[in-house]
Amino acid sequence: MSDRLSVFKTYKLYVGGKFPRSESGRVYEVTDSKDNWLANAPLSSRKDARDAVVAARKAFGGWSGATAYNRGQVLYRVAEMLEGRREQFAREVADAEGLSKSKAAAVVDATIDRWVWYAGWTDKIAQVTGGANPVAGPYFNLSSPEPTGVVAVVAPQESSFLGLVSVVAPVIATGNTAVVIASEKAPLPALSLGEVLATSDVPGGVVNVLSGRTAELAAPLAAHQDVNAIDLAGADEALAKELEIAAADNLKRVLRPQPVDYFETPGIERMTAFLETKTVWHPTGSLGAGGSSY
Amino acid sequence: MASAFEYAPAPESRSVVDIAPSYGLFIDGEFTEAADGKVFKTVSPSTEEVLSEVAQAGTEDVDRAVKAARKAFEKWSALPGAERAKYLFRIARIIQERSRELAVLETLDNGKPIKETRDADLPLVAAHFFYYAGWADKLDHAGFGANPRPLGVAGQVIPWNFPLLMLAWKIAPALATGNTVVLKPAETTPLSALFFADICRQAGLPKGVVNIVTGDGRTGAALVAHPDVNKVAFTGSTAVGKEIARTVAGTAKKLTLELGGKGANIVFDDAPLDQAVEGIVNGIFFNQGQVCCAGSRLLVQESVQDELLDALKRRLSTLRLGDPLDKNTDIGAINSAEQLARITALAERGEAEGAERWSPACELPSSGYWFAPTLFTNVTQAHTIAREEIFGPVLSVLTFRTPDEAVAKANNTQYGLSAGIWSEKGSRILAVANKLRAGVVWSNTFNKFDPTSPFGGYKESGFGREGGRHGLEAYLDV
Repeated sequence: MSDRLSVFKTYKLYVGGKFPRSESGRVYEVTDSKDNWLANAPLSSRKDARDAVVAARKAFGGWSGATAYNRGQVLYRVAEMLEGRREQFAREVADAEGLSKSKAAAVVDATIDRWVWYAGWTDKIAQVTGGANPVAGPYFNLSSPEPTGVVAVVAPQESSFLGLVSVVAPVIATGNTAVVIASEKAPLPALSLGEVLATSDVPGGVVNVLSGRTAELAAPLAAHQDVNAIDLAGADEALAKELEIAAADNLKRVLRPQPVDYFETPGIERMTAFLETKTVWHPTGSLGAGGSSY
Repeated sequence: MASAFEYAPAPESRSVVDIAPSYGLFIDGEFTEAADGKVFKTVSPSTEEVLSEVAQAGTEDVDRAVKAARKAFEKWSALPGAERAKYLFRIARIIQERSRELAVLETLDNGKPIKETRDADLPLVAAHFFYYAGWADKLDHAGFGANPRPLGVAGQVIPWNFPLLMLAWKIAPALATGNTVVLKPAETTPLSALFFADICRQAGLPKGVVNIVTGDGRTGAALVAHPDVNKVAFTGSTAVGKEIARTVAGTAKKLTLELGGKGANIVFDDAPLDQAVEGIVNGIFFNQGQVCCAGSRLLVQESVQDELLDALKRRLSTLRLGDPLDKNTDIGAINSAEQLARITALAERGEAEGAERWSPACELPSSGYWFAPTLFTNVTQAHTIAREEIFGPVLSVLTFRTPDEAVAKANNTQYGLSAGIWSEKGSRILAVANKLRAGVVWSNTFNKFDPTSPFGGYKESGFGREGGRHGLEAYLDV
């Protein structure tokens, strides 16, 4: 072994495409499954959460307005970037979740493939959930899905990387932007993911990653009037209920926590949960006969 | 009209592409000679320069290719969709990386302007693979029931007008759904398919999943007639399409055909005329009019005929015909001497039958195959040039007075591939679109393509759809 002293990484938040420390100046100790110290992660504040919402809102117009094809390519690019950093993430996931090397590597591979899965959905979800409606009259009538807006995501506590990506990718695939609260106990893979997103053509602000106390950060997000939806995946029963009540104030779309095997191929429900359906009517007129619109 | 200023030549460099003096057939992951050693030459239509020598596949070679595809089918179809997806994503990315090289190659072998191969063909090719890559692991969501199955070996025969794009339209959905393929590119444009074979190798695609057999019509006939082919997909002329339909009759082969067209481009008096002129030009002069969905019949409302034709002639006078590799070229070469002869003969027939012929002043290069943009007025529905597909830069202008008359004339054809409607009134557009017997209707635009959007014809323009969710059905046992 070399006796070279290694360089530690300062883990930082990922907000608006930048890597700030918490405005509060606070950090908390992150340890591995055997209680060995790994790093000091930012202990985000309510103000950090609000800043993240502002960044997500600012990014929404551009991201939701990008073509589905473009979003697909960007998500695929994330997979490409992640593929090149498999070892780093396998190490971080192994530390974070107490997994063997090979199990952690399997988690990372599944996570990369999850990005590919959702990259393919961006330009297909409208074809599966939308369509022409045969209304009984001379009207063109078409229903199309649209992203709901800014989505707060309480990431799963146990599955710090595969679970995280499994809840974030479907939110942004359809054009939403996200404010993500990383696993409280194991936030490091999520914070490192920010570095991947920043180099994958994902516009700044589309995904914003916060680390800290889940309950402390989720409460202001659930109550935030400029957040359109919340995924409660990583909230326990009591917290989930509290957040759902707060979310009712501006009728956020709520995805309740449920048991999920993140290794399984997902369905489309994590996308449809954060989609609105817009139906457009237009008269078609009629040819020749009386009452023609010509 | 004298041009206001001259353009300096702006040729795209040929150095980006390296064409070998000869190419074999791509069978089971290897390039091999034809069993009988036969070859043919492929030339650049703009200069008649010989680009390369290509193997002429015979019955024995086709059989070998089908056997390779059959052997590869078992493993390929059993792969998890997510793994097939990743192969297709790789192919899409490599096409993007090599797109300039492929654009120059396509322009050399086909004769179409670099502007088109660079900005239309190649981006669409990559996008098509990208789109169908995503379907490979999502077939359960495509609306064909749970776990839809592939058909087996697909025999695919494609034309010369969009060589690589037609390859993408055929191969991407076939592979995504778990089929393996034997594809025959057109006799006059075999090169991009052979370069694609190299891309398959770079992508690590398992051997035998994609096989490319070059040759003429006999090769194609042998492929569609092969007893171990489960699916036949053909894009080309209606006459050959009918012959193929007869060939597969009585077998279990699934068939999709994308054939000729005689698209009507209907301009109403309330249309934005400047925009319509651009759409008409794009509709019939894109790719020298060698487009099955070309808007080759202009139906213009009588009250705006003069104004529209004046504007159209003015616009045609500014089109630049010449070196396809020049970035400023609008009109490239006709693909082959044979096609040029056909266009020439049909245009002469138009004159003989009494239509009025007009072309802008336009100097044609001394070598290569060229045809000046041509417009016929005083055309009636009985004229040959209003009925037969010319597949060249020749526009027939007819007029109408009422929307009903426009619809009747637009539908008065054996074909039903495309149509265009130009009007500022949404309800009129939709009412007319409802009545048109055509598979693709463009409103206030023309010749728009997207991998998510199904394409295909009514009537004798063929059946089956390529592109979009609908395009999966052609390759699934449903």
